[in-house]
This record gives sequence, structure tokens and C-alpha cells, in this order.
Amino acid sequence: MTRIPLRPLARILSARARGENPDTIERENIRLRQKQTHDRARARAQGRLLLLGVAFTMAFTSIGARMGMMAATIPTEPRSANSGAQIEAQRADLTDRNGRILATNILTHSLYAQPKDMVDPARVAHELVGIFPDLDEKQLLARFTDGRSFLWIKKKLSPEQMQQVHDIGDPGLLFGPREMRLYPNGRLAAHVLGGASFGAEGVNSAEVIGTAGVEKALDARLRDPANAGKPVALSLDLTVQATVQEVLEGGMKMMQAKGAAAVLLDVRTGEILSLVSLPDFDPNNRPSPLVKGDPSDSPLFNRAVQGVYELGSTFKIFAAAQALDLGLVNPDSMIDANAPMVWGKFKIKEFENHNYGPLLSVRNMIVKSSNVGAAHLALMIGGVRQQAFLKSLGFFDPTPVELIEAPYAKPLVPSRWPDITTITTAYGHGISASPMHLAAAYATIANGGTLVRPTLLKSDVVENGPRIISPKTSQEAISMLRGVVTEGTASLGDVPGYSVAGKTGTADKPKKGGGYYHDKVVNTFACTFPSTDPKYVLILTLDEPMEIVASQVRRTAGWTAVPVAAEVIRRVAPLLGLRPEVETASATEVTLAHN
Amino acid sequence: MRSVLYALSFLSVMGLAFWAYRENYATQDALRNVDRLQNEIADLRDELAMQKAEWAYLNRPDRIRELAAISFDKLGLLPMEPSQFGDAKDIPYPPPPAASLPADLTLSAPISVQGKLDVVPTNEVQIP
Repeated sequence: MTRIPLRPLARILSARARGENPDTIERENIRLRQKQTHDRARARAQGRLLLLGVAFTMAFTSIGARMGMMAATIPTEPRSANSGAQIEAQRADLTDRNGRILATNILTHSLYAQPKDMVDPARVAHELVGIFPDLDEKQLLARFTDGRSFLWIKKKLSPEQMQQVHDIGDPGLLFGPREMRLYPNGRLAAHVLGGASFGAEGVNSAEVIGTAGVEKALDARLRDPANAGKPVALSLDLTVQATVQEVLEGGMKMMQAKGAAAVLLDVRTGEILSLVSLPDFDPNNRPSPLVKGDPSDSPLFNRAVQGVYELGSTFKIFAAAQALDLGLVNPDSMIDANAPMVWGKFKIKEFENHNYGPLLSVRNMIVKSSNVGAAHLALMIGGVRQQAFLKSLGFFDPTPVELIEAPYAKPLVPSRWPDITTITTAYGHGISASPMHLAAAYATIANGGTLVRPTLLKSDVVENGPRIISPKTSQEAISMLRGVVTEGTASLGDVPGYSVAGKTGTADKPKKGGGYYHDKVVNTFACTFPSTDPKYVLILTLDEPMEIVASQVRRTAGWTAVPVAAEVIRRVAPLLGLRPEVETASATEVTLAHN
Repeated sequence: MRSVLYALSFLSVMGLAFWAYRENYATQDALRNVDRLQNEIADLRDELAMQKAEWAYLNRPDRIRELAAISFDKLGLLPMEPSQFGDAKDIPYPPPPAASLPADLTLSAPISVQGKLDVVPTNEVQIP
């Protein structure tokens, strides 16, 4: 490019000669030079814009093309990805505290039909009834031929049944894979596990959902795919559970009771090691709930959690513990126990019209189970403080146990709290709670006085709840309870080596229309062992038991629930690894055992 | 020179094409293998779950209790009882070895043979 000078000498000279202003030439040249620069910049900008446009077009075209291709391809699973991460929609297993399986899944098949593909519906219906006698041939044939294109026949098949159906050989009969919940231990811990059934069903799979118990309470956790393959460990101990169930079943039969329940609790962690309610059921084949009558007569009813009963004299220790804790009395203080006690129009009597009075020490009030003594103690405490104390022990709210039934088992508490309620509550009448409530409250007293929250999940952490009573009161209460076993109403409950401490409770069953039955009782034995260093709490309840000793009908807990509880402790304590405290065996008597 | 370069690049393209062809088939083969293995793993997992369930079923406490009762004459198993707790001090330990030689056994004097040996040691073997 040649650069034109702004003032070319030749043109200037000739312009001067013509008498023109030479500056116009310079201006003209400056204008031309600027125009040139401008044109160059414009061309360059245009080129850049074009380049950018092409680049963007290419980028968007390729992205669009890729998106179109991805949308148009058939989705496949990434085949080369490693299978270390399990892709499963499986429900998590439930195990006991030692990892033994309580609930797991197995693969079975369901049977469905597509009648449009069926060759000979009449023959198929006939043969199916041969395999499944519970089906109705006429009804089946009607459903095959009424023009529908799909129907379910059976939700679960055994492999043998599947082979038999296969042998019918009709193209209209089809199988769909099904995951089925299996409870390998049968009736064991049935009330804890509850049961499971199918939710939304498709041909290729079906959801398994919990219907009761832990299965329903922890449903979200068990179904969460993030936790698939990670079993949930419950606090139950399978061996202990089996033993408690065996002993309780025997005891229930022996005492001719119509129902029984037992709860075994670790007092430090609140873990439930065993929870038995009888009669029970098989969760693999859960019976349907009763449509009429009392739901508590159904085997599905969990007496330990759902059953709220008046727990009788087992409550007396709460009055005693509170009075001790408030400093109103000490174990040897004498209190009025002159029976019968008259309060307004009510008359409070002792068992079999005894009179333990006129004065009785607090300790002997517990040992002899004096209603009148407990009533006077409660009046010393006063209704407001008594109510607050029972509330802090959890008797006013449902238990926090991880069972779907637990929140609905609200204790029955009187709405008003006049003095007569204070009196009856002191000996466990007029207030109804479940054995689980009682277990938590006794554990609170036994573990040194901090609140225990019962749980069904295994936890190794010892959580100290808020303090309810002082350690000293706890010790004194346990020593009183020990007195009940050594010299009081629960003398049959003494297990050599395990120093059981507990309190009996016999409550007449309330009639539907008001008043009480005289020949129907609920017997409870609430105890802790070993009393020197309480580790476990056992609550054992028998519904309408009776024992005939020397042609005399006995219905008190001391004769029914206590011996059963003693046998439970004798069998269970060694399984829990508790050494008997006294030397029971000399060197020559050591027997070899594998358990 | 240029023709040699052409020939070389043509050959390398052929070689690469052959390599890519083989890699393609090897990849497909590997993917099929992965598929098969994954199916196998899934099947084994199902079987494992089944066997775990069966193991739990066969080990249910009811059955073990019955088996123990049936074979009481052979095994002699009883429910665990408090009396079965023993103490370590009740178990008879084997007595300490009665007379043990001291570890640092040394000779107080060199061994000397007195009298005359009847047999003179020899390397020769006499054949009768």
C-alpha cells in the first residue's frame, strides 16, 4: 500500500499557482485516509462476525444432533460399569443383635393369565383347581371366558406348584417374578416383626410393604434403595427370645391363662432383648384382624405394647420411691396402715381383709403390699406431685418403641385427679398402662434413677436420660423390692445366684359396664436382677390365670406370674452371660455344656 | 522419496484399520462377557439370599431344640443353667513336670573311660 502524503508538493504548488487554498488538499487527503482506515476495520469486524457465526452454528448443530441421537436411541444399562454397587430394589433384612436373620427376602413367582391366548379355558380351569384346591372351577372358568384380557390367579407359588402349572402347558398361563418376605423363625417375635404384604403390583415385580410391627414402623428405612443390602439390627436376642417364649408358653398353659406377655429390657441402654406376647401368630401367614368382638382376643394383639391394663400393686414402688426422693420418709419411717381406710364414701381394704397396721414401715408396706400404707404415702406426696412424677416416668404418653402399634397404645389416665384418684393410683388402680410402660419405669428406677427410653433398635451407646430420682433412692427402692422376694409376696421368685428384686401386682379386670370382676385378674410381676447391680428388667403379665394349690384356687401374682418369671430368669440369665453370684457348683460338679 | 512416504502412510492406515477392527470385536466380546458375569453374579446373589434364608430356617430355635431332644442319647445337651458356670480355679491344671533338668547343664569334668574297652572300633566290615 502506498502512503499518500498529506501535502503533495506538486499539487500544492499548482494550487498556489491557481490561487487556491492548499489546506483543502490536506483536508481532502485526511478524509480519504480516515475512510480507508474505517473500511479496513469494518471488513475485519465482518470477517470476525462471520467466523463466530460459523463456530456457533457448528457447535449448536453438533449439540442438537447429539441430543437428537440420544433421544432416538433405545435406553440400555451401562454394560461396562462394574457391579460392585448393587442395583437392587430389595427390602433390607432384619436381624437380631447378633446378626441372626429375623426377616429376609426370597424369590418366588406369581401366576397370572391372559385368557385371550388360552387354548382350552375349560381344561385349564379344571387342572388349576387340581393344583390349588382353594380355587373355584366355575368362577375361574367364568373369569377366563368373560372377555377380559388379564387376571391374577395366585400371588405366590411354591417351586413345585410352579412346575405343575407349567406342566398344564397352556400359553395363556404366565409367571411373574416376585420377591417374598420370609420370616424363617416362624412364630418367634411375631408381634415385633408384624408382617409384610404386596403393595403396588406389576407383572414383573411388586412392592413389598410392611403391614404391622417393626416392618411398618421402619418401612421407609427398609425400602430405601440407599440402604439396600444393609440389614437393620434389632435389639432382640434370638436365643433369649426363644427361651422366654418357651417358658412363657409353658407357664401360660400351666396357669390356665388366656394370654401372657413378657418384656426383658436392658436397664442401661433401654434395648428390648425379648418381647413376647401370647397367643401369637405366624407372620409368614398373618391372620386377618377380627371384624367383630374384642380386638384383644385376636392373636395379632400385642399384649406387651398394645394391652393397657391396671397394673396393680407394682405401682406401689413409685409412691415409695417418690416419697423417699422427696425426703418425706426413709425406709424405716412408720406410716399409718390401719385397714380398712375410709375416705369419703370409699373404703380401702387390704387383700383378704388383712390389717397390717396400725403402723407399718415404708419398707414393710412394699414387702407386705399394703394398699392402705401406699394410700397414706400418696396423700403425703399429694396429687399434683404424684401426677408430675408418673408423667416424668412416661405413664401419660405412648411408649417410643419402634412399633407401628405403639403410638396408639395411649395409657388410660383419669382426667380429673381428686384425692381418691391419688389413693387408688398409689396401688395401681384407676390408671392403666402397658407392660412396656412398666418396664421402662422399672428400668428407670433400677439403673440409678435416669430415664430409660425403651427401643427395639440395637444401640451400643448408653444414653443417660434426665435424672428422675437420686441414685440413693434408686438403691433403697431396689433393696425394698429385694425384700419382697426374700420375705414378702414374691417368695417363689427367688432364683439362687441372681438375687431377683421385684414387686407383684394383682388387678381385678374391669367390667365393660363398670365395676370389677372378682374371678378375672391380670397378674403382673415386675422385677430386676441382679439386685446388687441391676442389669435387666423383666415384666411378666398373665391374663386371667389361676392355680389350684391344695384344692384352693389361687389368683394372686405371687402364685402365678412369679414362679413363671423365676423360671424365665433361671433360664435366661445364663444366656445373657450373667454369672450366678454365689458359688453354686463345686469343682466336681462342673458339667460340660455347649450352648 | 515422496512415493516411499505415500506407501508407508498407506500401510500404516491399513495397519490401524486392522487394529481398530480387532479392537472393536474385542470390546464387544468383553462387553458380552461382562453381561454374562453380571447375570451370573445376580443369579449367585439370589442363590446366596435363598441359602441364607434356608440356613436361618434350618437354624430356627424351635428346630434346634427338637433336634437336641431327639438326639439326647448321643449329645446329652440340656438347656444352659446357672450351675454350669464354673471357675477357672476349679479346673485341675496339669501338674508341673516333676523333675526337670536345669537348662544350663554343663559337665563338671571331662568324661574319662576307666578300664579297657572290649571292642576296638574299626571301619572294616568282616564278611563271614
